[in-house]
Amino acid sequence: MSNNNASSSSVAVVQKAVKQLRLEAKIRRINVSQAATDLKNFCLQNGHKDPLLVGVPSSDNPFRPPKSCGLL
Amino acid sequence: RDACAEPHQLSKGETIHTLKTESETLKAKLEEERAKLHDVELHQVAEKIEALGQFVMKTRRTLKGHGNKVLCMDWCRDKRRIVSSSQDGKVIVWDAYTTNKEHAVTMPCTWVMACAYAPSGCAVACGGLDNKCSVYPLSLDKNENLAAKKKSVAMHTNYLSSCSFTNSDMQILTSSGDGTCALWDVESGQLLQSFHGHSADVLSLNLAPSETGNTFVSGGCDKKANVWDMRSGQNVQSFETHESDINCVKYYPSGDAFATGSDDATCRLYDLRADREVAIYSKESIIFGASSVDFSLSGRLLFAGYNDYTINVWDVLKGTRVAILFGHENRVSTVRVSPDGTAFCSGSWDSTLRIWA
Repeated sequence: MSNNNASSSSVAVVQKAVKQLRLEAKIRRINVSQAATDLKNFCLQNGHKDPLLVGVPSSDNPFRPPKSCGLL
Repeated sequence: RDACAEPHQLSKGETIHTLKTESETLKAKLEEERAKLHDVELHQVAEKIEALGQFVMKTRRTLKGHGNKVLCMDWCRDKRRIVSSSQDGKVIVWDAYTTNKEHAVTMPCTWVMACAYAPSGCAVACGGLDNKCSVYPLSLDKNENLAAKKKSVAMHTNYLSSCSFTNSDMQILTSSGDGTCALWDVESGQLLQSFHGHSADVLSLNLAPSETGNTFVSGGCDKKANVWDMRSGQNVQSFETHESDINCVKYYPSGDAFATGSDDATCRLYDLRADREVAIYSKESIIFGASSVDFSLSGRLLFAGYNDYTINVWDVLKGTRVAILFGHENRVSTVRVSPDGTAFCSGSWDSTLRIWA
């Protein structure tokens, strides 16, 4: 048992680190192949409605026509 | 054997030395577990996808009015208004369609590093070297002095680096140079939860898309990105692969991953379910830090602003750069895609903001 403040606080720090690591070790993980496939599928399923990806006609993009056209 | 049975007390036979050994063993085990599942690279899974074509993205609006470096900006949910903040203490609300300034406030401090629009569009939050986050209700009366209605919400013991409303105007999440993040009740200013785990300044935070539950990610000068449970304050996942400060963190639109921008000149993608880094966006020719990142609506594109004055556009799946955008005349400090994904805004130390589409 430690009986001075400095070593008891460093004990606390290391105990906390060990506790955190134990929590992180318990996480259930999936394969990168599965995770990557899901990321890819999300992109592909939503790509067609991504204006910066597919581009939209100027008439549909409020930033593309010049501002003098009156965007009210 | 339970080293954590009682705080500040060691179990029989344990010393700081045995705890440190256990800590090293657990870290090694964590790496081993993560490595076992590393069966493929993201870009390999993306090999068969059609490559992206040429991108034509230009500056469509330039917002001039700040007298000094623009440090932060945020979009209003109405997809046209923007709030921005700068080194000289000014916070400006703009109509990005017309470039008109609708409101302006002078903060009592310089280096307003953080600003955010409230979900209702009726208020903005900001802060910086004052160590606080304050909320200003936006008045329809242009002559009204906004500063009169200012409400101090958050108090940190060092600078405010980032702030974000949660899904309502009622709560704000903050990150600070004091190494913590915190959740506050706007009305009372009460601290609802604090988040401890970073060992240096926290520079950025981002809330998970609302469908994916109550978590957020933070990144900081300890080179770590931490994922937090907002209710419990618990650090649920941690990632440490960057070689320098993480300046910005941003969730992928599905909520299953997040991207980072760092002073090590790379951006990286971390998948939460695989619990590891799955992509690095870098080139030998890019040697300056990435200050800010954001995804396009589908998550296919990553826009990243750099300290070399450029914005690089990355194909998130293939890991390649698809465009480099020039225009700013100093560091790009902030990049954000509009809520409907039709444009993105960049802010720079050249004191301007640009809208690109």
